[in-house]
Amino acid sequence: MDKETKKVLFEPLVDNNPITLQVLGVCSALAVTSQMSTSLIMALALTSVTACSSAAISAVRQHTPSSIRIIVQMIIIASLVIVVDQLLKAFAFDVSKKLSVFVGLIITNCIVMGRAEAYAMKNPPLQSFIDGIGNGMGYSLILIMVAAVRETLGSGKLLGIEILPLVKDGGWYIPNGLMLLPPSAFFVIGLIIWGFRTWKPKQVEHNEFKILSIAHGEGGHH
Amino acid sequence: MEAYISLFVKAVFIENLALSFFLGMCTFLAVSKKISTAMGLGIAVMVVQTLTVPANNFIYQTMLKEDALVWLGVKGVDLSFLSLLSCIGMIAAIVQILEMTLDKFFPALYNALGIFLPLITVNCAILAGSLFMIERDYNFSESVVYGVGSGFGWALAITVMAGVREKLKYSDVPAALQGLGITFITAGLMSLGFMAFSGIQL
Repeated sequence: MDKETKKVLFEPLVDNNPITLQVLGVCSALAVTSQMSTSLIMALALTSVTACSSAAISAVRQHTPSSIRIIVQMIIIASLVIVVDQLLKAFAFDVSKKLSVFVGLIITNCIVMGRAEAYAMKNPPLQSFIDGIGNGMGYSLILIMVAAVRETLGSGKLLGIEILPLVKDGGWYIPNGLMLLPPSAFFVIGLIIWGFRTWKPKQVEHNEFKILSIAHGEGGHH
Repeated sequence: MEAYISLFVKAVFIENLALSFFLGMCTFLAVSKKISTAMGLGIAVMVVQTLTVPANNFIYQTMLKEDALVWLGVKGVDLSFLSLLSCIGMIAAIVQILEMTLDKFFPALYNALGIFLPLITVNCAILAGSLFMIERDYNFSESVVYGVGSGFGWALAITVMAGVREKLKYSDVPAALQGLGITFITAGLMSLGFMAFSGIQL
């Protein structure tokens, strides 16, 4: 693998993560993460749609007039999502019921459109495919991290395997019901962002103005 | 009538699209820095939602649903797999038409909402409204109520969020949590507040 491919593939994992830095595709990241199994399927579905749609959009990029490019992108993405949706209904019906409308919402997932606009319209198909995989992996990483925290703390299990023995089964762990409820996803992602930005201080956003410190009596401008 | 009121309350509070289903989060986080812009976007979403959910309901009930084409004399055809494509097409078309109509007849409103309208096509709250309508098999009048209610709920959530964020400017947030991080945690607390409605039985 040459240097450029490596950069395109691995940069979206931490340095340019679609969720924590680009703020793309947050909706589904929050909604499907109460269980590991649904998160894994969702991550796989999104990665394959992003990669294939980036490759397809990039392949037709020189024949698409820019005035109708959004519609062309939408149709390519929607067709791919229909394929994924039908495949899930055929081979993993239970999971597809649990994911409910969120598979369909891959169409409006900003990661897919964002990568199509920002990368696939300017680069050849193979590179766009790799870029799609890279961004899909960045999304998957966050999804898996959030799901691991929520499922382990919320029900003491991970993928159905017991990690923390529950009190009601004779163990010691009292499950934290909050972790299975929607708000916990916000908190977990907020904390992950905190962690990432402490590790990579370059990603820190600066406030529009500083709070004036009384002890030092300075600040206000920067 | 009662059924419609309870559907409306459910769509606004209990099943709030933004805070209990996390829909339209990208714009929810990006455009909630000022109350005035947040309200503009909220109203735009509400208008589009009110138009698209019933329109998609009409198409679904008369063309795509299993055996829906009986009025054409065609039986046993199930086109519901096309609903994703037809929904997003309908939404894009309605947003485009709305933009042109506003530009022509209500220039003041167009200038106020103008920048937000194209954003709405890719706002997942809009598509999700239509998909939930299909999944729960609402009839036409229910879909009108659901469209208005879910749009209003989203507008309410983003306006409240913008209000909190305007005040948040005065608080001392740890450097690495600045911006996106603290916004997530705020949204989590708000969502916790909205959970209080979930015990209501209607």
